[in-house]
Amino acid sequence: MSTLPAKAKVVVIGAGIVGNSVAYHLARLGWRDLVQIDKGPLPNPGGSTGHASNFIFPTDHSKEMTAITADSMRQYKERETFTECGGIEVARTPERMQELQRRMASAHSWGVAGTKVLTPAQVKELVPYIDESVILGGFYSPTVGVVDSVRAGTLMREEAVSMGALQTFANIEVLGMDVENGHIKRVRTDHGDIEAEYVVIATGCWSPKLAAMAGAFIPLTPAVHQMKDIGPVPFFKDTKGDIEWPIVRDMDTNMYERQHGTGLEVGSYAHRPILYTPQDIPSNAAAALSPTEFPFTQVDFDLQDEHSLELMPSIIGDENIREKYAINGILSLTPDGMPIVGETPEVKGLWTASAIWVKEGPGTGKALAEWMVLGESEIDMHSSDISRFHEHQKTVFHIKARSGEGFNKTYGIVHPNEQWASNRNVRLSPFFEQEKELGAVFYETAGWERPFWYESNAQLVEKFGEKVMPRTAEWEARWWSPIINAEHLQMRETAGIVDLSAFVIFDLIGPGALSVVQKVALRQMDVAIGRVVYTPVLGINGGFKSDLTIMRLGADHFRVVTGGAHGMSDKKWFRDQLPVDGTAQIVDLTSNYTTIGVWGPKAREILAAITSANLSKETFKFSTCRTIEIGPLQVLASRISYVGDLGWELYIPMEQGAKLWEMIWESGKKYGLIPVGIGVYGTTGRLEKNYRAYGAELETEYNVVEAGMQTPKLKEQEFIGRAAHEKHRSSNPVTTLVSLFVDDHTSSTGEKRYMLGKEPILMPDKSPIVDSHGRRSYVTSAGSAPSLGKHILMTYLPTELAVVGNKFLVEYLGEFYPVSVAGVGATPLFDPTNERILS
Amino acid sequence: MDVLVCLKRVPIAGGTFLLTADNRDIETKHLGFGVSPHEENAVEAGVQLVEQMGGSLTLLTLGPTDAEEQLRAQLAIGASRAILLETDGQDWDPQATATALVEAINAEETKFDLIFFGAESADSAGYQIHIRVAHALSRPIITNVKAMTVINGVVNCERIAGSERELYEAPLPAIVTVRDGLNIPRYPSVPGRIQARKKPIDIKKAVPRVPKLEKLQLAVAPSNSKGAQILGEGEAAVPALIEVLKKIGILA
Repeated sequence: MSTLPAKAKVVVIGAGIVGNSVAYHLARLGWRDLVQIDKGPLPNPGGSTGHASNFIFPTDHSKEMTAITADSMRQYKERETFTECGGIEVARTPERMQELQRRMASAHSWGVAGTKVLTPAQVKELVPYIDESVILGGFYSPTVGVVDSVRAGTLMREEAVSMGALQTFANIEVLGMDVENGHIKRVRTDHGDIEAEYVVIATGCWSPKLAAMAGAFIPLTPAVHQMKDIGPVPFFKDTKGDIEWPIVRDMDTNMYERQHGTGLEVGSYAHRPILYTPQDIPSNAAAALSPTEFPFTQVDFDLQDEHSLELMPSIIGDENIREKYAINGILSLTPDGMPIVGETPEVKGLWTASAIWVKEGPGTGKALAEWMVLGESEIDMHSSDISRFHEHQKTVFHIKARSGEGFNKTYGIVHPNEQWASNRNVRLSPFFEQEKELGAVFYETAGWERPFWYESNAQLVEKFGEKVMPRTAEWEARWWSPIINAEHLQMRETAGIVDLSAFVIFDLIGPGALSVVQKVALRQMDVAIGRVVYTPVLGINGGFKSDLTIMRLGADHFRVVTGGAHGMSDKKWFRDQLPVDGTAQIVDLTSNYTTIGVWGPKAREILAAITSANLSKETFKFSTCRTIEIGPLQVLASRISYVGDLGWELYIPMEQGAKLWEMIWESGKKYGLIPVGIGVYGTTGRLEKNYRAYGAELETEYNVVEAGMQTPKLKEQEFIGRAAHEKHRSSNPVTTLVSLFVDDHTSSTGEKRYMLGKEPILMPDKSPIVDSHGRRSYVTSAGSAPSLGKHILMTYLPTELAVVGNKFLVEYLGEFYPVSVAGVGATPLFDPTNERILS
Repeated sequence: MDVLVCLKRVPIAGGTFLLTADNRDIETKHLGFGVSPHEENAVEAGVQLVEQMGGSLTLLTLGPTDAEEQLRAQLAIGASRAILLETDGQDWDPQATATALVEAINAEETKFDLIFFGAESADSAGYQIHIRVAHALSRPIITNVKAMTVINGVVNCERIAGSERELYEAPLPAIVTVRDGLNIPRYPSVPGRIQARKKPIDIKKAVPRVPKLEKLQLAVAPSNSKGAQILGEGEAAVPALIEVLKKIGILA
């Protein structure tokens, strides 16, 4: 082995499928002087790639994961390391059958080909060794396949070597990392040190340990996935190669069965969560098998033996078929179930792609390389972005609690609004106790407990009757309440008080602050002090990186307010743009300020009763902010609205929040003020007003013109994404964001059904709608518009189809409902001239 | 034909042996547990005898609560019941262990025709328990057996002594300790696992005795193995491979 170079442009740590893929794609994109190291031997250094079950099911409810998986399949196929065998997710319960219809819809939304829902007899035809009497049906994906991830990775590495870009060194252990001025400087190993501009941690379940060497966090935990291989199976004696028979996922038991040569491999995500720390994983030398193949613990698999016997009695029940091999294989789990990709927020130049499964490896490697080399990946990776984590989410406690809870949902039926049960009540607003007394039903965002609706408003449901659009079907009624719609209607009559504590708030200060916000924001930020600007934030290709609000509080002082879910990524994006000379700084004030929203026709009167400040529409104009006195408090009041009514966001130091709440509450009594939950703020109020949401309508894959958010005039100043944005402005958009009304909610059984989002929008003949860039039409947001008496779906449609009145279908749980275009572009469906907000 | 097999829960080592910080025990945090490999031959021999001749196969172990895992695994091979003499988790010395086993065997209604041991335990390799048990029970014992038949109340055994083969016979009841090569132990099947969960295990508290031996320290023996050797890649490796195959007698 040649000696380790003293310097490299990039050091990739890890030679599993992820590290190999990252190295290859960096080379393909033109980077040279790449060094890859692994502490194990090649080609299988002993990580999770080496024992992975290696099969790929293409459909996920997440668009991002489905896209990454599809790209990975393409890359495996290119290297002839993919064997198509088909796969079936079988259902044992009616609830699962409904879930399989949901998966069909996701397959159609994301463009997965050939999927079908099968009867038990049809499943039996494809898998003769199944006992079809225990199932109700199956979701068949003909494109499911098995890959050789070790081989594919080896080929990728070799391709990078043949480009003259890469040197790989096995059996090198990383001992430490040096960081200088917040930037990665050096990797220290047992074979010498390497200076590097970039370091990529691609070490799967070891990643947290390596990140810690640089003072960074990769919040994942090693966890056990049990697997048992039995054989030889007489039925498989004539099979050729690795796999011929479809892979079966027994969804309701959290298990899978796949033929593997003459054997049958039975895997499980059903057992108790068995979590380790990276320090628990033995060295290659101390490990009995590989470091990530822990001794099998039969007692955790006892129930799974019985479940597999039920499904495949002719094979599992054969006493002459013996266990050949069984392991507790180690994989990586994250607290929110998504991978961890991108540059660590703690250390510049330190990147990672962690918690990646074999089915995502090549696609993620490509995305990470694009991100590093080009500044943005083709597939929007925001759900995987490592910078999404809040500080408390990086604690071992949180990681273990949520990963453990999530593990048994690997094959679970997870409702789109499902809440986590573990590690709650971490971040509480100052009015938490008052809210509890009002019967708040709390949902969590970024650790904050946020009232989603208030049981104290239950009597309003009676008041508004059918207008609350009651839901009878359990699926849509789950994690929902008609009280949300009742709160909405009452707010439109009087006023509502809304807890907005989950905002991420940070200030940009210093003489360089203006140029930083100008660079980030699409809208003009050189505005009068006291102006509030809602602005898209663009990526380099002119797609949406975020949308947020910026207040100008002084010549050199801007306050950014953004959502809790995405706020940490926004903060990193701003920080990445700070000048090196230190003339602008970011100060995180999230925990300093709490925010209360007061909106509704009575909002002005409620506040006027407790402040001497002039709140008239002439003096306190929309889109402005100023500090006002409310009793003994100095409150930063910002006149904007995300719900479509007159009102203010009130920013107050955290410890004074309870006092402010109490004063508004007292004042509001005679005006009919009610507490209003996030159900209104995030969905119903927003959708009626056609407000777009980041992560739903707004992604890097769509641009400002397509979203209907371009302003007549473009600011003169430079900003990120400008060149692309100018191009978008100068041509007609190929797709256009519209709002749809559901014209008839009645299902085949006569029940009214309400879509929840992500469903495919189809032509009247049920054919998919695809724009000229290959993007499919699907529901980006769905929800009630109680003031309109309608259920609204937002979707992008090819521009030529985006005409008010045009009729389409939405596929929902196996049925098709008529929809029609209600609005095109950003003009609100409710109060289109914004009279209420501007009143 | 009633057969008893005595087992010991031992760590399964695959890689480098690690010792605990005080050098008194094997570090087992990365290790799984099993029974000594020779004991798998003993169970297989017992299963085969009962398959051929009828009767019962019982398993007996002295060990910690967790030794139930090893009993269940071997019950899955085909034994009908098991006895666990539960300790506080400490390793007992051979005298104490043998005494406890003898008491348990004497307490059984079944008078076992054959009692099997592995030749030695995989961890401490004391080679003592079986002799002590045989002595206490006043039964003949044949050790290190590599081949065996039972005909008309007599067990015929074969063992290797240097380049010679020794043949023994002993009247039943007798004790036999076996080595690898006696048979090929079967792996459990899933139905075997499921049945094993329902098979009875008598758990009895083993009464500790004052040990006459005290373990002071362990040391890892130097390894004779050179580890894996890479002969080369692709066609270039063929001559070296042929050399090796000749050397071990597979190719002429």
